[in-house]
Amino acid sequence: MPQTSLSHRLPQQAPAAVITARNVVKTYGDFNAVDGISFDVQQGESFGLLGPNGAGKSTTMRMIGGVSQRTSGELSIMGLDPDQHGPEVRAHLGVVPQQDNLDEELKVRDNLIVYGRYFGLPYSYLRPKADELLEFAQLTDKAKAKVDALSGGMKRRLTIARSLMNDPKVLLLDEPTTGLDPQARHILWDRLFRLKEAGVTLILTTHYMDEAEQLCDRLIVVDKGKIMAEGSPSALIREHSTREVLELRFGSERNTTVAPELGGIGERLETLPDRILIYADDGEAALEQVSNRGLRPITSLVRRSSLEDVFLRLTGRSLID
Amino acid sequence: MSQHIVSQQLRLEPSRRPLGSLYAGNVRAVFSRGVKATWGTNWAIMVSGFVEPVLYLVAMGIGLGSLIGTVTGPGGAEIGYANYIAPALLAVSAMNGAVYDSTWNVFFKLHFAKLYEGMLYTSLGPLDVALGEILLALLRGALYATGFTAVMGAMGLITSPWALLMIPAAVVVAFGFASFGMAITSYMKTFQQMDWINFIMLPMFLFSATFYPLSVYPEPIQWLIQALPLWHGVEMLRQLSAGIFTGAILVHLLYFLVMIVLGLILSTGRLRKLFLN
Repeated sequence: MPQTSLSHRLPQQAPAAVITARNVVKTYGDFNAVDGISFDVQQGESFGLLGPNGAGKSTTMRMIGGVSQRTSGELSIMGLDPDQHGPEVRAHLGVVPQQDNLDEELKVRDNLIVYGRYFGLPYSYLRPKADELLEFAQLTDKAKAKVDALSGGMKRRLTIARSLMNDPKVLLLDEPTTGLDPQARHILWDRLFRLKEAGVTLILTTHYMDEAEQLCDRLIVVDKGKIMAEGSPSALIREHSTREVLELRFGSERNTTVAPELGGIGERLETLPDRILIYADDGEAALEQVSNRGLRPITSLVRRSSLEDVFLRLTGRSLID
Repeated sequence: MSQHIVSQQLRLEPSRRPLGSLYAGNVRAVFSRGVKATWGTNWAIMVSGFVEPVLYLVAMGIGLGSLIGTVTGPGGAEIGYANYIAPALLAVSAMNGAVYDSTWNVFFKLHFAKLYEGMLYTSLGPLDVALGEILLALLRGALYATGFTAVMGAMGLITSPWALLMIPAAVVVAFGFASFGMAITSYMKTFQQMDWINFIMLPMFLFSATFYPLSVYPEPIQWLIQALPLWHGVEMLRQLSAGIFTGAILVHLLYFLVMIVLGLILSTGRLRKLFLN
């Protein structure tokens, strides 16, 4: 529709890019941790960096916060270069680091207030704000508890509450649910989803595809410091995978020997050490073809394609090794 | 209520930053965090650092002092042995207080609590963090020194009103040790390296003309002792305790001023290198 695209070009209509990255490189010694990545994040968007450990996700986050200087390329956060204007950029960022760094010497509520003080904010603002965020993080009854008395999930929620003390324009979440049990993860996702609904711009890294699918409007798939693909989770799946996947297990010994006999079924076949993946739009039909050839897998499973499959397709490797 | 909170315009950017990203003019936040954290921690450890020089004063000053009798004090006057060592132990007290907070506590916050990393992910600059932590260590040194001066008073070891100048002077000594202690600690990576600090502190305490005059040493050793910071603290306080003012006091003050400035520069630079690389 030409009319829509025209209105998009009008400056007052165009959504402001909160983050612009162009060819950003970070080199440690002769190793490129981040190797020329470019992306834009719009205001209010929930943007993900999906990739395995060591892909350069955390380094990218640190460069956005200006706590790690980039080697080359351009980076603009709310119009400012974080290398030049680190404190100004960080004043409007909320940061949830990969490892909790809560202040263990302070009580739960004091963690929030003291952190707000680091931004130079007055107590008159911080006290009610801390109570509001304790409520949001479902930690009101833990306000006077010591930090080390909290569970992993609670600590994570407190870290998120802490990151919101300065009303950040952008929230950086580095692997927010790594190491949490499934229940704690779901509570956390719910909280993050509420923030997204409230219009907070979220940047999150993860190596969990389900997390990316739940929380990200758009994401980049990163591997070895490079962007492999970009798009919404559903578009990426549509583009790089089939609708369904048939997973077959013949036993670890037999998978590789059986694989050649499966030729022609589905669109594509992927042989992993523990299973064979057949990519097909109709998984059940593919399974029928398999049994018609007289092959009897120990287990079989038909599922929807996920970002995991996209990653496997793009890199030939699994997300979590 | 919460509507009001959200609509309130937050002042997040400091109006001016003369030192750019190094300093946000918000030392207070770091300092008061430290006070709040210390409030809730182990008081027994706090007190033990204070008691140590007091015990030395009692054991050496009164116990050993009864065998020694009088010695020649600053200015040539004959004074009791306890009067002789008390100002030196006051310097030790200020040093201990400052060094506890600026070495082991800083080491822990640096490597285990990840406290500074978190602070520097806000709008604070490394100078805010360094100065805040140094002031915290200095506060402890000042508290120890004030308490020790009170003990001296109670034991009748304060003979001149000028001796009260020992308190601000002890604060300068504490500032020097706090600043330099944090700088050294920021370069330490392992516990073994931290043990070196103790390894240096103990002989420095024993041999910095604390218990007997510098003149007992052969000349090269005298030079070595005079290069170390505690000797300057001991000499300065010993002179003040007798109300004697010479140009040497300025030299001692200058020594600590250099320590303070050098320590601040090194600590700030190191924090920047570690967390804003």
